[in-house]
Amino acid sequence: MRVIPSSMITETIARLCVEANRNLPEDVTCALCKAADEEPYAAGRELLQLLKENQQIARDTQMPICQDTGMAVVFADIGQDVHIDGDFEQAVNAGVRAGYTDGLLRKSVVGDPLRRVNTGDNTPAVIHTRLVPGNRVTLTVAPKGFGSENMSRLTMLTPAQGVDGVKDFVLETVKKAGANPCPPMVLGIGIGSDFEGVALLAKRALMVPLGQHNVDPYYAALEDELLQMVNATGIGPQGLGGKTTCLGLHVLTGATHIAGLPVAVNVSCHVTRHQTATL
Amino acid sequence: MKHLTTPLDEATVRSLHAGDHVLLSGVVYTARDAAHLRMMELIKAGRPLPLPLEGQVIYYAGPTPTPPGKPVGSIGPTTSTRMDASTPTLLSLGLKGMIGKGMRGEKVMQAMQQYPAVYFAAVGGAAALMAQCVTDCQVIAWEDLGPESIKRLTLKDLPLVVAADCCGQDAFRLGQEEYLKESK
Repeated sequence: MRVIPSSMITETIARLCVEANRNLPEDVTCALCKAADEEPYAAGRELLQLLKENQQIARDTQMPICQDTGMAVVFADIGQDVHIDGDFEQAVNAGVRAGYTDGLLRKSVVGDPLRRVNTGDNTPAVIHTRLVPGNRVTLTVAPKGFGSENMSRLTMLTPAQGVDGVKDFVLETVKKAGANPCPPMVLGIGIGSDFEGVALLAKRALMVPLGQHNVDPYYAALEDELLQMVNATGIGPQGLGGKTTCLGLHVLTGATHIAGLPVAVNVSCHVTRHQTATL
Repeated sequence: MKHLTTPLDEATVRSLHAGDHVLLSGVVYTARDAAHLRMMELIKAGRPLPLPLEGQVIYYAGPTPTPPGKPVGSIGPTTSTRMDASTPTLLSLGLKGMIGKGMRGEKVMQAMQQYPAVYFAAVGGAAALMAQCVTDCQVIAWEDLGPESIKRLTLKDLPLVVAADCCGQDAFRLGQEEYLKESK
């Protein structure tokens, strides 16, 4: 049994919150550079250049890339041979509090959805834990902005609607979102599982590095087809027209019930942030 | 590229067309969801607002905290459509411009024609870049709202696109149509 003090969880979460908000993962940076080179529409190309410039300024000045520094979504894969000394959730929230306060990140969380008073420290985090073999703890912080989160959708299709139903729903979601989620978007698509499971699949799909396909060739081909469809809408950068509506998308699937075909599309933007550390 | 300075008068508003690229300088005020709700309560109660509206521009934005030695933190636009319900009332009281991102609803598009006003799109997510176009930031009301307080910003050449003009034209639709035509 390996003991990990909760203070180590707090320090790691704090560091990841700040890093994620200032430095985009390399795959997202690369996808944006490639899109800026390949965008055929001149006005769209100019906007993509500005987004590249923004990333560079954020890195150079150590300012957040986007002012919406998000709700802190935390994925924790906890080895079953680990004992965490202290309260795990409190440790995560202490890390979010420290990261968002000391890192001068925006506090965007209200404690109650209807009475809406800002908690002042961006807590609580949204925490997803998973028990895994081994004696390590892997923590991912994925700050999620709500301009894009608000455009996300979930549906319960019938089995008869099949893959065409999935394609229609993804396309409809992108068209409804239009200019709102700061395109170019990144899409996380969950198919299968149950109501809450499919939403989590979609969220996890946003963590998959851009350019990496689903390991199943059937779903890899579906990813290619969906991306092509989305980038044929003409929405383009910022919704002002162009090819680059979406930088990349990923499909994650799960077993489901004989009666159902759940589909969730988690919409994200060109600032799709996540940083991971293993303890 | 047009250079504009706030406040905006009617002639300036009428000279702007959807798709124009502009650089905006001068004073604008930030207000987003919570501040709009409070403004609407004050208007309903017939009480004064903490900011002037006549000829003014509202920026739908909530910046990150200001780092030491800098005028403002990262500051990009938030999604405008969430403010749509309040916008026609504010336009009727003299508001001449809004800065945000994304599309506006039909009622806002109509009110922008009725009271002539302009809607600018800033580059969503380019918040570190836009911070470099702000020379001063002062909280003027509702500090308790944190990032949603009303702030008076002084801008220097903030890059914007005229997203909707006072003739009902919409740069999102025009741009997407033009691209799809070109790519055929």
